[in-house]
Amino acid sequence: MNTYIVLLILLALSVLNFTLGKKRVLAAVNGDMAGLHSLPNHYGWFAVIFSLTPSLFILFIWMVSHGHIIDTILIEKIKATYGALSDFEINVHLSDIRNLANNDAVSVAISPELREAADYYDKLRVNSFWAAALLAFGIMLGASAYIAKLITPTLRARNHIEQAVRFVLVASSTIAILTTIGIVLSLLFETMLFLQHVAIDDFLFGLKWSPQTALRADQVGSSGSFGALPLFAGTLFITFIALLVAGPIGLLSAIYMTEFASDRIRTIAKPVLEILAGVPTVVYGFFAALVVAPAIRDFGTYVGLDVASESALAAGLVMGIMIIPFISSLSDDAITAVPQSMRDGSLALGSTKTETMLKVLLPAALPGVVSAFLLATSRAVGETMIVVMAAGMAANLTANPLDAVTTVTVQIVALLTGDQEFDSAKTLSAFALGLALFIITLCLNVVALYVVRKYREEYE
Amino acid sequence: MNIQAADTNITTDREPKMQARRVNVFYGDTHALKDVNLDIYADEVTALIGPSGCGKSTFLRCLNRMNDTVASCRVKGVMTLDNEDIYSKQVDVVQLRARVGMVFQKPNPFPKSIYDNVAYGPRIHGLARKGDELDEIVFTSLQKAGLWDEVKDRLDTSGTALSGGQQQRLCIARAIAVNPEVILMDEPCSALDPIATAKIEELIDELKGHYAIVIVTHSMQQAARVSQKTAFFHLGNLVEYGDTVEIFTNPQEPKTKDYITGRYG
Amino acid sequence: MSKPEDLEKGSKLPQPTAWKSNEMLKRVKGRYRSEGRFKAMGFAAICAAIIALVLLVGSIFLTGIAGFSQTYVKLDIYFDPAVLEEIQTSSGEDLENAFISANYAKLTQDSLRKLFPEVKSRREVFRLFQFVSPGSRTQLQNIVREDPGVIGKTQSLWILAADDVDMFVKGKISRNVAQSDRKVSDLQIGWIDSLSADGRLVKRFNWRFFSSGDSREPELAGIWGATVGSFYTLLVTLIVAFPIGVLAAIYLEEFAPQNKITDIIEVNINNLAAVPSIVFGLLGLAIFLNVFQFPRSAPVVGGLTLALMTLPTIIIAARAAIKAVPPSIRDAATGLGASPNQVVFHHVLPLSMPGIMTGTIIGMAQALGETAPLLMIGMVAFVVDIPQGIFDASTALPVQIFLWADSPERAFVEKTSAAIIVLLAFLVTMNGLAIWLRQKFERRW
Repeated sequence: MNTYIVLLILLALSVLNFTLGKKRVLAAVNGDMAGLHSLPNHYGWFAVIFSLTPSLFILFIWMVSHGHIIDTILIEKIKATYGALSDFEINVHLSDIRNLANNDAVSVAISPELREAADYYDKLRVNSFWAAALLAFGIMLGASAYIAKLITPTLRARNHIEQAVRFVLVASSTIAILTTIGIVLSLLFETMLFLQHVAIDDFLFGLKWSPQTALRADQVGSSGSFGALPLFAGTLFITFIALLVAGPIGLLSAIYMTEFASDRIRTIAKPVLEILAGVPTVVYGFFAALVVAPAIRDFGTYVGLDVASESALAAGLVMGIMIIPFISSLSDDAITAVPQSMRDGSLALGSTKTETMLKVLLPAALPGVVSAFLLATSRAVGETMIVVMAAGMAANLTANPLDAVTTVTVQIVALLTGDQEFDSAKTLSAFALGLALFIITLCLNVVALYVVRKYREEYE
Repeated sequence: MNIQAADTNITTDREPKMQARRVNVFYGDTHALKDVNLDIYADEVTALIGPSGCGKSTFLRCLNRMNDTVASCRVKGVMTLDNEDIYSKQVDVVQLRARVGMVFQKPNPFPKSIYDNVAYGPRIHGLARKGDELDEIVFTSLQKAGLWDEVKDRLDTSGTALSGGQQQRLCIARAIAVNPEVILMDEPCSALDPIATAKIEELIDELKGHYAIVIVTHSMQQAARVSQKTAFFHLGNLVEYGDTVEIFTNPQEPKTKDYITGRYG
Repeated sequence: MSKPEDLEKGSKLPQPTAWKSNEMLKRVKGRYRSEGRFKAMGFAAICAAIIALVLLVGSIFLTGIAGFSQTYVKLDIYFDPAVLEEIQTSSGEDLENAFISANYAKLTQDSLRKLFPEVKSRREVFRLFQFVSPGSRTQLQNIVREDPGVIGKTQSLWILAADDVDMFVKGKISRNVAQSDRKVSDLQIGWIDSLSADGRLVKRFNWRFFSSGDSREPELAGIWGATVGSFYTLLVTLIVAFPIGVLAAIYLEEFAPQNKITDIIEVNINNLAAVPSIVFGLLGLAIFLNVFQFPRSAPVVGGLTLALMTLPTIIIAARAAIKAVPPSIRDAATGLGASPNQVVFHHVLPLSMPGIMTGTIIGMAQALGETAPLLMIGMVAFVVDIPQGIFDASTALPVQIFLWADSPERAFVEKTSAAIIVLLAFLVTMNGLAIWLRQKFERRW
């Protein structure tokens, strides 16, 4: 028996509740609907909502918490069996026990203790499930009985349902807030743990990034250094190259599309920009690695320059192509938002279209254009796949676009893919980088949205 | 270009500043103006009146080719400025619009300083060689527009910060600054309160004589107050054109009479 | 500033500007020249964008088209009873084992040796055996399973060639390169040439690419596993994000009071829409994997993570669609005595559904192309099996592309491009559907 079946039974009970609630209230008024406060269906829904919700809640709580509770119990048991162990060793034992219970591959020979522990783990799992399922059923039945008493013709079932619906609506719109809180809390929590290993100024201003740490104290290997400055520099460098490409192209095409282009050119160019915006970043990354980087390297060899195979230029160039549609569509919006009367006023004074654009429209649209650039910057800073596939891994501090640099996102991916123990400084540093990334992009977005908001007010 | 005066119903020995002959305007399939003939004289105010959608604004926008900016608009017929066809290839639209200035229905100062608003036109046309000359033009224009005393201490504040009437006078100053020969006004007071309207009318009166002025207005009283010639448009036709006094006291066409007595409009 | 003259009323007309002067004409000419320059710059910018797109799509199509075909070699396979003896003698569970463990490679090897009896040295023989893909074993196994009567007979079969042979046949490996610089030796080229002269080599449409999961061998690798993974992931995303997004939009648009909290929610949604996707991946890793202990690499976690990421898109689109329903509809329903909930759920929501669907499909298309968050929650594992449900380990299409792009084998380049073509086809279809929906149900009020 698994969770699905429990859910199915709960749903079946709900259907029963629905019909019972409806029948009960109709019987009470002898089928005369006029004697009811709400429609019969409302009483049915009332019964369903207030019996199903608490039992589902119990199941949810079990789903989220049972793993942790069982882990805690197991860890106590491991400690009792093996004596004092490091966190790492405890984790190894824990995963061995789990794997054995799941009939997966186990890293060590199966000892009787291990077998016993696995059985114990299995027993805990099964028992906790049954406890939760029985509790859910109990609550369902209890609530049903209580509701049966509540349902009378004078019960304001519709109002209660509307309140429940309103609650669901509010809850849905707070998910967005909860997501933000979740992001901030999880990043902060792991970053705090990281900062116990590494001082904050070493992290923010250190010049050396080599996160390889030894798993055990007696292993040989570097102790790891977490100076993230080269990563920030690399990120900004690639972003800068991208803006150098996308800024002029995006802005000029927006200008051309709004003021100069014939309908024919517009019908070609608009879909082109939309397609560029819709291409997944992994495709851009592949393009950068397959076409652009080799082309730049070959060209470099041809003119006698030493180009790294994963040059910052290649990644920045392709990232620039990716953000062209951002800049152009947001700038387009900003320029078209300038009232037509500005355009007319300028043209009526005898200015050319170019003069109107450069001296009237663009200055008037400047806040919108600035926010377009800020949003594009934020996008480029947070972009992952292009740099993962086309930028390097080595944390170089350089201003040569032909050298390889690495970025914050590249390192996050490198640190968190593959098998890692979760609470080493190495993996935790990924969260610290993530927090930095989140803060930087958040600031850019907030400023951009603020600028746009202010600017809209001016014309409203 | 030589056009026979006999084409019009007005006989005069003066040379008109602008002339329209058999002007037809189409917006896509809509025939917005039908065979309009009209003369505009340099030292007069010409008022264009008529009910909404009668084509008076369309006609006004033909005079400085602002209709060029509307893609679906086609203009047929002849329009001249100083006997030169303004729709011919030789005429440069940029220069034409400098010579025929325009003031719009809603005040539309640029979101720049008052000074830069007025200096914008002279700058793009290169009318001032030195900073002093530009200062001079800005000063004169603001003075002519009757705005100087109100703004002389705050030339570097934004033009959008002024009141509606002040903004409209700023737009007039802006138009004057490029030294136009004709000024077109498209219902310049429709967005203004009565006091601001009175000031603008006063200003039009003062500018008369310096520039040929063509004004589109919804208000017959305004037409009667400020203009010397009045043209009555109806459904794209120029119904009647003549001295303002004549039109308002003794209209020849029954349609004109009905309109000015308020039977429709 | 000096006081200008001629300001009194009724004075002479001001002197007109000398527009016809040479100086003025030259100036106007200059202004038009700079207009021309500016226009050319704008046009060049558009062209740059178009060229970038053509290069991007063109290069992927050119490399990817080859990925849809695969080279097969015709071999006369003798189903040697000596090799397949165990299958004939055993039964029950032993038979199953015999089927699996039989030395099918020997059958192809014998056949190859018969074709090229002159190959003698161990090294060359070893090379020769590498001519066919390891996948040929499964192919032969299936034939024997279907009809054990084939044992002892000889059949002429098209056997999947190895990836190097495939690359050479497709011209991806040039014979003009020095032998040391290419993966196919002169000897192998000789074999390919002689087989091809006999009509024993053929390129066929690569159905396997659409029906199998990932593999270390490029000629065996397919995208079906990743496609199914993407499907399950998007299913979870849709089930979670669609109702929550629509309900949130309804609340914000129809019920939310104008206050600070509503304001915060709105700003928050706008900001969330611009948070880098990899941060959502970190969130999924920290919350769904570490706190909730969901299985790693499973579509359920990927789906939940992408749902949180897509939520702002759906909310924003749904709000716009709801806002477009005119107030008169609400007034009419309210006037008939409908409660606020009934107004929304009976009238406003159905009318705004096309707009909401359009926004949702576009959000789903974004989620389909998203890679970085899935890397964070471990959907990068090498998964051969086709996932059977949302809790199975799997990858997704874009992740598969990422994995193949990282593979060193030459033949994976065209597979990667082919997978990208498939992904783009999905995206084009989804966006086309959204456009179609918008045009079909667009209502002008």
